[in-house]
Amino acid sequence: MKYVLLFVGSTDDQDAFDNLPKEQLAAAYARVGKWFEEHSKAGRIVGGAELQGPNTATTVRIKNGKAMVTDGPYIEAKEVVGGFAIVEVKDLDEALAMAKGWPAGAVEVRPVVDHSND
Amino acid sequence: MRALGDFDLAEEVVQDSLVAALEKWPEQGIPDKPGAWLMTTARRRAIDILRRDKRYREKLALLERSDMRSDLAEADDRLRLIFTCCHPALSQEAQVALTLRAVAGFTTAEIGSAFLVAESTVAQRIVRAKRKIVDANIPYRVPEGAELADRLEGVLSVLYLMFNEGYLSRGGQAAMRRDLADDALWLTGLVDRLMPDQPEVVGLQALMILNLARSAARFDEAGEMVLLPDQDRSLWDDVAIADGIALLDRAGAMHAPGPYQLQAAIAALHSEARAWADTDWHQIVVLYDALLGYVDSPIVRLNRALALGQFVGPEVALGEVNDLALALSGYHLFHAARAELLDQLGEPVLAREARRRALDLCHNPAERSLLERKLRG
Repeated sequence: MKYVLLFVGSTDDQDAFDNLPKEQLAAAYARVGKWFEEHSKAGRIVGGAELQGPNTATTVRIKNGKAMVTDGPYIEAKEVVGGFAIVEVKDLDEALAMAKGWPAGAVEVRPVVDHSND
Repeated sequence: MRALGDFDLAEEVVQDSLVAALEKWPEQGIPDKPGAWLMTTARRRAIDILRRDKRYREKLALLERSDMRSDLAEADDRLRLIFTCCHPALSQEAQVALTLRAVAGFTTAEIGSAFLVAESTVAQRIVRAKRKIVDANIPYRVPEGAELADRLEGVLSVLYLMFNEGYLSRGGQAAMRRDLADDALWLTGLVDRLMPDQPEVVGLQALMILNLARSAARFDEAGEMVLLPDQDRSLWDDVAIADGIALLDRAGAMHAPGPYQLQAAIAALHSEARAWADTDWHQIVVLYDALLGYVDSPIVRLNRALALGQFVGPEVALGEVNDLALALSGYHLFHAARAELLDQLGEPVLAREARRRALDLCHNPAERSLLERKLRG
């Protein structure tokens, strides 16, 4: 079963992360890299990416049949999605076990809709 | 459950098997091994109907116990069901509703009346929870290794919440509600039979039994609540107290203390005292200190302060209680406790004020009535 692990944090977390001293930032990235490497080797990671900050987001909405382009993320919130991983595991517990090992904050785990039987 | 792999289907099959049982047993008698086809849900439905037939109930319980050892696969299924119902990916409200529905055989109407919410709300909660089990692929499994302790804690907190909801609402007006406290105890006993080596399960069972042992003294003839210091201890159930203490000994022999065992030990110390004045308050404070090592909650601190007050005096206790104001100002028992201490310190005006505040925050009819009586003096 496929799940998307959304790596989330507050905008404050994000700011703190961006302002980390160089070595600490490198160490933080190393921990994240290790997590990806470990689960990729085990065949659990199907895809994923780190996202640039919410200040880089642009949202397209359809309003009265017309596409409206606006500045900023779709959900205006203090929480931001910093990245995601698509994982292929047996069940929710396995996905949760991966999320528990994520070294950089909160993780929202969402099952992916399976259209293979449609 | 494993074979079917679908929550709804499994639940239905279990219930159908029970309908069959109810039709056949009166004619053919109870089969030698009913448990193999009569899972927990089914059994609870039977008990619901046969509730008043005590002899039958005892027999059923006996049969289930003897059967349990011989049918490990079935025991496994029950545990899987319980752990699935109490999965942390479901809201705790949903965990409680689902456990009552699927494991204890409550109807949605019974769950609604037990928790004072509309039946439709309960039904919706259950439907949503089941949908999440399927959509998010929540597995039917008993967690292993390090995960087990965590998940078991979740199961126990669902059972304890269920118990408290039943226990605290006992009394005149709640007499018509199906007894959640008994069902919570039964469920905890079931988990204990399925996982006999878990000291906290035994501890929770002991805690529930020791609390229930005092039931007869908790309300007077007029249905009014009677607090521990004023209870007629001759009404306590000595057999149940002995049972509770025996369970606590069994848990203790496993040498892995935990919060439920400690709370049960505190309850046991109260149960063993022939009078309020004979209570071993020193030991109770020691146990509260140990409990704080597991759950550092302001409510535990409040109880510790009150126990401490019994031998160092109300002034010290009030000081400690007041320190908890920030955390507990919305909790009626905080204000009720302050009122008692202020009375002891000869501050009737302040006591009255605190009691009024307690009354404002309290929703339980029996507790409200007690506070109102005290306010009338």
